[in-house]
Amino acid sequence: MTGARMDTLARLRGRIARLEATDGAHDLRRVALGHDEADAVLQGGLATGALHEVFAESGRQAVAATGFLCGLAARVAARRPLIWIRQDFAEREMGALSMSGLAELGLDPRRIVVVRTPDLDHALRTAADALACDALGGVMLEVWGETQKLDLVASRKLTLVAQESGVTALLLRIAAAPEPSTAETRWMVRSAPSPAVAPWMAWGAPRLDAELIRNRHGQTGRWIMEWTPDACRFSEPAADPQPVAAAPAHRSHQASAGPHRRSA
Amino acid sequence: MRHGVSLGQPLANARAVCPDLVAHEADLAADAKLLEDIADWCDRFTPLVALDPPHGLSLDITGCVHLFGGEAKLMQSVCDALTAHGLTVSAAIASNAVCARTLNRQLHGRIVPDGEEAAAVAPLPVAALGGSEAITLGLRRAGLKTIGDVASRGRNEITARFGAAFTRVLAQALGEADAPISPRKVPPDYIVDKRFAEPVATDTVIAASLSSLATMLVAAMAQQGKGARRLEACFFRTDGLVRVIAVDTGQPVTEAAVIDRLFRERLEALNDPLDPGFGFDMIRLAAGRSEIVVQQQRDLDAHVHDNDELSALIDRIAARIGGKRVVVHLPVDTHIPERAALPLPAQQHLTATSTAAWPERHDGEPPLRPLRLFARPEAIQVIAGVPDGPPARFVWRRAAHAVVRAEGPERIAMEWWRPDGQGLTRDYFRVEDEHGLRFWLYRDGLYDRELEQPQNGLPVQPAWYMHGLFA
Repeated sequence: MTGARMDTLARLRGRIARLEATDGAHDLRRVALGHDEADAVLQGGLATGALHEVFAESGRQAVAATGFLCGLAARVAARRPLIWIRQDFAEREMGALSMSGLAELGLDPRRIVVVRTPDLDHALRTAADALACDALGGVMLEVWGETQKLDLVASRKLTLVAQESGVTALLLRIAAAPEPSTAETRWMVRSAPSPAVAPWMAWGAPRLDAELIRNRHGQTGRWIMEWTPDACRFSEPAADPQPVAAAPAHRSHQASAGPHRRSA
Repeated sequence: MRHGVSLGQPLANARAVCPDLVAHEADLAADAKLLEDIADWCDRFTPLVALDPPHGLSLDITGCVHLFGGEAKLMQSVCDALTAHGLTVSAAIASNAVCARTLNRQLHGRIVPDGEEAAAVAPLPVAALGGSEAITLGLRRAGLKTIGDVASRGRNEITARFGAAFTRVLAQALGEADAPISPRKVPPDYIVDKRFAEPVATDTVIAASLSSLATMLVAAMAQQGKGARRLEACFFRTDGLVRVIAVDTGQPVTEAAVIDRLFRERLEALNDPLDPGFGFDMIRLAAGRSEIVVQQQRDLDAHVHDNDELSALIDRIAARIGGKRVVVHLPVDTHIPERAALPLPAQQHLTATSTAAWPERHDGEPPLRPLRLFARPEAIQVIAGVPDGPPARFVWRRAAHAVVRAEGPERIAMEWWRPDGQGLTRDYFRVEDEHGLRFWLYRDGLYDRELEQPQNGLPVQPAWYMHGLFA
């Protein structure tokens, strides 16, 4: 290799190193989700001042993804106001955001400002504007369906503004396939059945099958998470919530464990 | 006039006089629109412009005459500009609107000094007072040909014969009583404007003019410790068109930079962009509504500062996409789920909502209200095990769901004391299907009490609706 080429290569390497240094130098504050395994993979929790994407693969999983997003927002907001940006038609498609429902999840409706935009261009512009305002706890942007407008450039813009102000950007993509972006994490969320408990037990707390499909600074994973509205945090599903009414699946497991214990 | 045709002549007579007359139906709506447009244009002379339909405008020029070099010059420039647009104008200036209108019906260009109204209107025919046909005719029959004749009679006689309303008009025309006008717009609290010798059309010049106007406006308001809650920029085009662009703010604005930015956002987002045409010859910035600014201690209380930043952000977003699109919610004391939250524009109600009391959630309970709620519940087909029990299967949006868990009913009765509360009682069920999707659905109406038994002995078919989705 000639000297000139080595030179170019060294210069490029230097430039990449500089780019990476500025990227990493920004110390991201992390907020633990409450789910230990997920927090370990995320190296302490969800990074604030970054872009996070939550995907629902189809319309029917939209509400699970919304619930997960609400959970993330409640974790990172820390009692500061939130801005929720959505498009006009989203209301007709999958229902309006119910303030009582948000309150039931542990989010305070008094601190939520909802912005309805006529189209995605306005939504992106508004999101970038809102992210620059460091009085906010988070900016949620709800985007329905596949779109060309949320490309690398758009997500890079959001990321940069979020880094600058330290406000977390939470992007909810419904009925869309993941595309390359500059998001810090990307989640695919589905709803998970409630644990098999006796019919008189309280069931129906948000129980989500959250799959971390991209993590810029670590590994990925897939967990069943429960959102506890009272504590305002995620948690591992209780292993055996009601032993009296254990599901048949548990019984076969116990049966196989039984002889093993006797032989020991 | 040239062919012997005159105003108020019957069409048949006019046709007889001038056989090749082209007749058009009067377009009253277009006339009214034109009058409104002219009134808009007249805003450049005074903020107090009143419509005097069908064809007149009254301008209250008290205190703004000196800006145009005297009454005669002002009248001349109004008439010249309107004539240049192809209109026929006649004008008069007097101490009150009725006197000026009375003069104007007969003569063009009279300027009556204070105290000489009676002398000025005396020689005019009684028709100039603008009374009804019957009054004018009655006066003529009584031999009272001119306003002076009428004024010479005792007022009690006139009132007895023609009514108090006519006497009042007479007194106003004679300058004995005041005749206030009702302006079309509430005069703004503060106005600054900039006139251009040469019309401006480029964006940069317009933006720079707005900035300097903002600085002037802020300086004017600061003297009285005020801030603007509503800002209006008026762009007067050389061809007479006036475009008004208004921006509302949640907090009183006291900084020129903020005004500048709000207008930049607003102008950028206009659906029909500002069209300078041949240029604007005047730009005006007005504070339509202003408020006293309460100076708050900023540094010690970070929360106050945060709220300021949030309301500034809301103002910016609202300037771009409209104030109604940025909403906060107030709790409503009702059990009807779709009415539980009232969306209100965030600009005006941010402080009200931040202290609102929402119902407390019960610790240990799963969410009892769905995260997403349909404004219009969607009809579903349901198979229920027992008639008033939870559903066993249901079809929603053409997909079948088998219910694994159900809880309910939560019975919500309609508000019969309201005019629109005559609906059926709803039995809500929280259900989960085999995939773990959680729904909130309800049966409309109670068996035996609200649902009528069909006469032919078939079972009752209640309607079921999907109302919301749980996370």
